[in-house]
Amino acid sequence: MDRVVFVVGNAGKQLLRTQALNSHNLANANTTGFQADLANFSPRIINGAGHESRAFAVAGNNGASFEKGEIQPTGRTLDVAVNGDGWLAVQAPDGSEAYTRAGNLHININGQLLTRSNHPVLGDSGPIVVPENQKLEIGSDGTISVQALGQQPNTLAEVGRIKLVSPLAEELKKGPDGLLRMRNGTQAEASTEATLTSGALESSNVNGVEAMVNMISLARQFEISVKIMSTAKEMDERTTQIMNMS
Amino acid sequence: MNKALWVAKTGLEAQQMRMSVISNNLANVNTNGFKRDRAVFEDLLYQNVRQPGALSSQSSRLPTGLQLGTGVRTVATEKIQTLGNIVQTNNSLDVAIQGRGFLQVLLPDGNIAYSRDGAMKMDETGQLVTSSGNVIQPAITLPSNATTLTIGSDGVVSALVPGSSTPTQVGSIQLADFINPTGLQAVGENLFLETASSGSPSTGTPGLNGLGTVIQGALETSNVNVVEELVNMIETQRAYEMNSKAIQTTDRMLQFVTQNL
Repeated sequence: MDRVVFVVGNAGKQLLRTQALNSHNLANANTTGFQADLANFSPRIINGAGHESRAFAVAGNNGASFEKGEIQPTGRTLDVAVNGDGWLAVQAPDGSEAYTRAGNLHININGQLLTRSNHPVLGDSGPIVVPENQKLEIGSDGTISVQALGQQPNTLAEVGRIKLVSPLAEELKKGPDGLLRMRNGTQAEASTEATLTSGALESSNVNGVEAMVNMISLARQFEISVKIMSTAKEMDERTTQIMNMS
Repeated sequence: MNKALWVAKTGLEAQQMRMSVISNNLANVNTNGFKRDRAVFEDLLYQNVRQPGALSSQSSRLPTGLQLGTGVRTVATEKIQTLGNIVQTNNSLDVAIQGRGFLQVLLPDGNIAYSRDGAMKMDETGQLVTSSGNVIQPAITLPSNATTLTIGSDGVVSALVPGSSTPTQVGSIQLADFINPTGLQAVGENLFLETASSGSPSTGTPGLNGLGTVIQGALETSNVNVVEELVNMIETQRAYEMNSKAIQTTDRMLQFVTQNL
């Protein structure tokens, strides 16, 4: 049996998966703080008897793209965008520390500062709790100050500081919940390198044009695979024709 | 069938949802006390096709895995509770709240709703009501022969009746505030209802304890920014087109298979 069809069949399967990954990026073109997934292919060489012609392609994702999205002003105090290489520290449901750049925060009835996906935002000492206030400001280093109810503007109280981290991009990986975590399972050090802009949000970093070009290129590659499959089919048909006894 | 189709479908749905939120904002660009909505998206769960870090042999690990995202979903539409423009109307029954706080309105079913729409009217008994006829709480009844009506910045309503040289106080407007006003449920008619995530209301005199002051003869207009909404609309349309292109491309790929094999 000819092996061509298995090699390209596998390639087609991997290309379809990568197309799904690319569609996921396109679907999230408007998701605040979304970081595009990157796809890569690696060869898996299979040594057999004789000529070594078979290398199966295996699709993987290389983690997330850490390019910056656009900063969009929203005018809402609880919207924060991270400037530079940095992430907001949040608490994942399992209690571990995770990182995100989606800064559309809100406060629940217990005064906890949460991200939109309801992950508590971490300060230097655990989740941040904000008292009921008439004015709230988030400084560029993440310091939150509030003017408590009935207080004068000159009595701003500091209630905490959002933990910002800036580990190297290769130290981070994206989890199944879309949050980033340290590869070695530890917690990143708080950093002063990254700063926050209050009243703005970072858009998704998906580059629409790039994703569309990827999509076309994947589709064409897929067509090539299918074409090879049909060629392999023709070759097999010819063989049976020639070998036909009658 | 192919996953890419379903992933792109979630993208289309999300953009469609965003478009309807934008349309609703634009439709309410002149609604008093309207707070604009914002659609919030989140990426859906990832599927681990190949686990990164799994052993590829006794002494080596897979450096990268394959995690496929499953698209996008709309997690919330949140009300952006920023202050709208305050416009002067010079109508003595119009009030704007400058700062935090909501007017309390008695619904026909006995519940209290909250509103920032200060265009008050009078009913046949002289009570202050909203445009839909719901009574403002605490109820304030104006004397039938009142000539002028004054609402102070602290919410005190006083009326001047013929034959008297000093205005008489007929009631006072109280405001309600919430720890998380974004969590209020919008029910239409410019009204909001208390929910578990907004917290319970704390009522008080306007101007005290962080509540806003009341301005008579002015109204708070919608906080919709038309330019921003139009830019959002362009962004939404383009993202929609890209996702529909993704469906089309995936469809062509599958079509190519059926035609060529």
